[in-house]
Amino acid sequence: MVRLITHNLLACHVKGCTSNNFPLEFKDAKLELREAEYNPEFIRGFLPKIEWKALVDTARQLGDTSLPLEQPEMLDDEFLKNLHHVLLEIHVEEGSMICPNCKHDYPISNGIPNMLLAEHEIG
Amino acid sequence: MEPTPDLSHLTRRDYDRVYEPAEDTFLLLDALELDANALRAAKPQICLEIGSGSGCVSTFLAKILGPSVLYLCTDINFHACRCTFLTGVQNQVILDPINTSLDSAVRYRLVHGVDIILFNPPYVPTSSDEAEDAQEGRTIEGSWAGGFNGMELTNVFLERVEHLMSLQGKFYLVAVKQNDIEHIRRSMLHSYGLKSEIVLQRRAGREHLFVVRFTR
Repeated sequence: MVRLITHNLLACHVKGCTSNNFPLEFKDAKLELREAEYNPEFIRGFLPKIEWKALVDTARQLGDTSLPLEQPEMLDDEFLKNLHHVLLEIHVEEGSMICPNCKHDYPISNGIPNMLLAEHEIG
Repeated sequence: MEPTPDLSHLTRRDYDRVYEPAEDTFLLLDALELDANALRAAKPQICLEIGSGSGCVSTFLAKILGPSVLYLCTDINFHACRCTFLTGVQNQVILDPINTSLDSAVRYRLVHGVDIILFNPPYVPTSSDEAEDAQEGRTIEGSWAGGFNGMELTNVFLERVEHLMSLQGKFYLVAVKQNDIEHIRRSMLHSYGLKSEIVLQRRAGREHLFVVRFTR
């Protein structure tokens, strides 16, 4: 599965594609929701590693509008629970991810993101 | 003692396409077990296994560290990614597999961001052609065929790994004697300032196996 926590760490790596290569845009995404153990400490600790705008935009694109556009200063429980859900419980099982810059299409099948490149695309 | 992960869901057919855990795998498990307390105490957030194969090692690490860690697992072989995921499920841990070569696709976002990196590379000395074909074919041969000195793919990753390691980052590498462990250690210190220690070594049949741990 591609969870949004993982998606937030994936970037296009086609040779020469080094700007505007993140975040990849989901296309034809088939979602599954699976409950995950809630650990506010983990979510809080992980927050600095997240590209916030990319996460919010992606979640909205997938139909989840629970996160605010601006990262709040006060991390209350409701916010952390919403963030937990977005990061860890939304799974993209099928579809693909498109690079916003070079339009490279990275397919997802059986929950596995295929980030492989052809020989001539490798930098 | 953490038990060896349950791999009973994997069959002969899986092991025709994906490396079956063997002495090298178990040496890495033993090394992680030895370091378990220190690994837990460092409160890691992101672990990255390169070439996760059956998923045995990341599952074991997830059993040591618990669910509040992201376990990214890359493999160039799609079947290995599936096995990795399923081994997590079988053992009630969540692993996030990515079908990619080494750290490609995550290195852009994980600059000095990974706390634990595991790599049991294709370390067997073979011809360069054999190693290259195996990587391009994305087959089981790619799990062991290591090219010149067994170091061709490892050398590519050794040039990239410092870029990924967090301040407290630890990098565990499996190697065999023919890889010239002392040369690897000297060059990582000289080129990237990474210190290293041999955590464990063991003779298994013809192989003299090592697990080396690199830190800043």
